[in-house]
Amino acid sequence: MTALAAPRAPGALARLWAEADAVQRAALVLALILLALALLAPLVAPFDPNAQSLLARMRPPAGFERARPGHWLGTDELGRDILSRCLFALRLTLGLALAGAVIGLVLGGTLGLIAGLLGGRVEAAVMGAVDAQIAVPFTLIALFVLVLFGNTLPVLVIVLGLYGWEQYARIVRAETRKLMAMPFIEAARAAGAGPVRIARVHLMPNLVSPLVVQFTLSLSGIVLLESTLSFLGLGVQPPTATLGAMVGVGRDYMPNAPWIVIAPAVTILLVTFAVQILGDWLRDRADPRLRPR
Amino acid sequence: MLSRSLTVLARMTVTFLVIVTLVFFATRMTGNPVDFVVGEGLTSEDRALLIRYFELDGSWWAQYRAFLRGFIDGNFGLSFIERRPVAEIVAARIWPSLQLLLSAMALTLVVALPLGILAAIRRDHWTGSAAMAVAFLGYAVPNFVLAVFLILVFAYWLNWLPVVGNATALHFILPTVTLAAGLIAALTRFTRNAMLDVLGQDYMRTARAKGLPERRVILHHGLRNAGITILSVIGLQVAGLAAAGSVVVESIFAWPGIGDLLVRSAIRRDYPVLQFGVIAVAAAVIVINAAVDLAYAWADPRLRRGTLA
Repeated sequence: MTALAAPRAPGALARLWAEADAVQRAALVLALILLALALLAPLVAPFDPNAQSLLARMRPPAGFERARPGHWLGTDELGRDILSRCLFALRLTLGLALAGAVIGLVLGGTLGLIAGLLGGRVEAAVMGAVDAQIAVPFTLIALFVLVLFGNTLPVLVIVLGLYGWEQYARIVRAETRKLMAMPFIEAARAAGAGPVRIARVHLMPNLVSPLVVQFTLSLSGIVLLESTLSFLGLGVQPPTATLGAMVGVGRDYMPNAPWIVIAPAVTILLVTFAVQILGDWLRDRADPRLRPR
Repeated sequence: MLSRSLTVLARMTVTFLVIVTLVFFATRMTGNPVDFVVGEGLTSEDRALLIRYFELDGSWWAQYRAFLRGFIDGNFGLSFIERRPVAEIVAARIWPSLQLLLSAMALTLVVALPLGILAAIRRDHWTGSAAMAVAFLGYAVPNFVLAVFLILVFAYWLNWLPVVGNATALHFILPTVTLAAGLIAALTRFTRNAMLDVLGQDYMRTARAKGLPERRVILHHGLRNAGITILSVIGLQVAGLAAAGSVVVESIFAWPGIGDLLVRSAIRRDYPVLQFGVIAVAAAVIVINAAVDLAYAWADPRLRRGTLA
């Protein structure tokens, strides 16, 4: 457990880098590049992502016949620059995913902590809710909530935030129960520490590493969920560019202009690959069965 | 065994009630349920009748009881668009969904079990890594992206396969592969982890020590023990994954199943169909989970005889 620390200090990042293999290093670099592109999208994007140009519709990427200079990845069915749209969509997708993952972490982590600390009826209620959540595929809940409350951005953020709360709650509760039985907690309690102090000083530091792993894994789940909902037409509404919606709309132009759908699809792949590889890596580090023999 | 069945049944009922209760509160939070469940074009007498039937002028508790009564009477409302009972609309979609699900499950089992075993026993060899790489691809590629690429290559460029509907056996290929990809990824990982747990056990060493051929050791002693874990995973995780996956896959390939119905009714705001569809799929997943839970108890002799609590 001690080997896995949150990569917050530069020293920890350097240690991670030292023990990574080639694929994991590539994923780390890719993740940093994608993050930088997302942050700098307004500066790097060559065009306004929503600016239409009806005379330059469905132009192929640079290097193909009929390509238009400046539009490196071509233009879509309304003559919008695909590269610029991809960059802004990446920014929105990553922003939504981070917001959603943080909400899920805080919500699920708090519930799990309360359940583990208090036990009894509170614990039974929380775990009952966790069981119910596991029984229903989250995509269905998302569809239902978005239709009921309208698919506006705040509702979407809440839906994405609900994703994965039950995993955090389960992990935190199990860890809390395990830690509560340990002598150092008993010592703290004997010394007169209240539940809040025990949670803050003694439990939280021990919960960091399993939570970092779960955070990375649920991040990639949220990226998938958001792009799936947008793809189905239930996520962020047009004309705002999101990767899923670009694939969904581009689908109709596949026979004549496959680049409209390929560019955002490949961007989604880059994001999910990078996040998933990092998540697997962190999880494997925490799994004693998979340590080198 | 009997007490276990009762426990499973009780948990199933509680989970179902929790879900139905959440749906009830979600709908009551967003306005007059009569307008949601019946829509426009209602005479004031009919409206009064419905309000009486669902006791909407009564207390929350009375409304909740009336909502539950709807389930017993089979009264789930009419579709806004088709003006038919929603139960009828959903029922017509079950068989195509089941067909797609079964063919995807079959493909998943055929591919994922060997891959998972391979990944476990050849853990330090390149074949094991290759098996895990395949599983990784299934995890990291979203099913709608995979569908788009498959459609581009096999339908538009090569012109080999159809993409819309379920008319012929050829129509099954692309949706089945798309749906199975995610399931294969999940099951391969679970199979590998279950096998890894088993491979380190003492009885495996004993089996080898008494001179059994490796094949028999792996399949008879390894897989049979790992199989119990794998079975529970198929029920708990794969059922949920398949339900979520078929929503996307069916809507991409215009497959006339429940997933396609849910997305259509969500986009058209056909609220009664969506409500009933979500509850129906949730109920199906709960029943599958419970069935697997029981099968799990039956498959493990220690649980069957009640020697392991």
